Amino acid sequence: MNRKPLFLTGAGLIILGFVVAAVLYQNNQSTFWGGQDQGVFERQGAPVKGPANARVTIVEFFDPACGTCADFYPFLKQIIDQYPGKVRVMMRYAPLHTGSDEVVKMLEAAHRQGKFWQALELLFKNQRRWITGHVSQPMRARGLLNGLALDHKRLDSDMNGHEVTSAIQMDIEDGQSLGIKATPEFFVNGRPMPSFGLRQLKQLVKDAVEESY
Amino acid sequence: MKKESSPGSSQTGWYLLFMAWIVVTTATLGSLFFSEVMDISVCELCWYQRITMYPLVLILAVGLFPYDPGVVRTAGPLATIGWFIALFQTLLIAGIIPEAVRPCVQGIPCSESHLSLLGFLNIPTLSLITFSLVGVCIFFTSRMESS
Repeated sequence: MNRKPLFLTGAGLIILGFVVAAVLYQNNQSTFWGGQDQGVFERQGAPVKGPANARVTIVEFFDPACGTCADFYPFLKQIIDQYPGKVRVMMRYAPLHTGSDEVVKMLEAAHRQGKFWQALELLFKNQRRWITGHVSQPMRARGLLNGLALDHKRLDSDMNGHEVTSAIQMDIEDGQSLGIKATPEFFVNGRPMPSFGLRQLKQLVKDAVEESY
Repeated sequence: MKKESSPGSSQTGWYLLFMAWIVVTTATLGSLFFSEVMDISVCELCWYQRITMYPLVLILAVGLFPYDPGVVRTAGPLATIGWFIALFQTLLIAGIIPEAVRPCVQGIPCSESHLSLLGFLNIPTLSLITFSLVGVCIFFTSRMESS
């Protein structure tokens, strides 16, 4: 066989193999998501924004130190407002940054006092003040929360209490079983985004609303 | 003194290089499949192996058209370095090299094996096999052309 056609055939076959494998894998993955137990997406008692009886739930696995999570936050509020009464957001912890494990404890402890969203907004807005070189500085984050009207003694004791740590542990375990390696990760009624992006998230929510209402 | 190589040897030499190219291209796309399609994180040692493997796809292809056995002088060192890193990581996963010398960041430990095919083939072992095959092909090409 001539060398050039042989080379081109080889190259073509390898690329074709790659494309076929990728398509097969993606199809296989969508079956995987469909077969997931719905229980791994939601946790009872996790912080929720939006009406409790909304039929569309966006579950976000997030890290308070994650810049993209902070960037997405205003858009989430927009999405909830766009479909009044139909969409809610549930936040679940995925503390992937070093030091974030302590910061999510603060958030969960603030949640026990009904101040999760205020605490989260404060931390998101001031990320530069408590994150240096992608490493969370829990002491500085705690200092920021001093500005909130909280029972601070209770916050500190709750942080290391069993309820807070077991709630976070459950989020981490569910995140691991869903294969979460980066934040934010969104699931809309148990469905992941086909690829990462705000447009994809909006589309997913739109589809879910149309299906559910 | 260097002798002229016979047409027969350069024919075989070309096929050997072509085989090396097939192996290295398959491995390159395979590694991209793991990281981009399957979303497996790439650890530090894996990156070093990629650094030595990916250029071989182009370097070997350039050496095939027109056939230039001199390409082994560039491809050889790359394949050798890659081979040693793959060997190191394979031994790390096998537990033969102790934990204390693990060079990786906490997030993605190199000593953790993400994938296991047929029970024993993990990604660094695949990489070691790739570099070995490429090394053998390159070695025989250079032997053939210098004999």
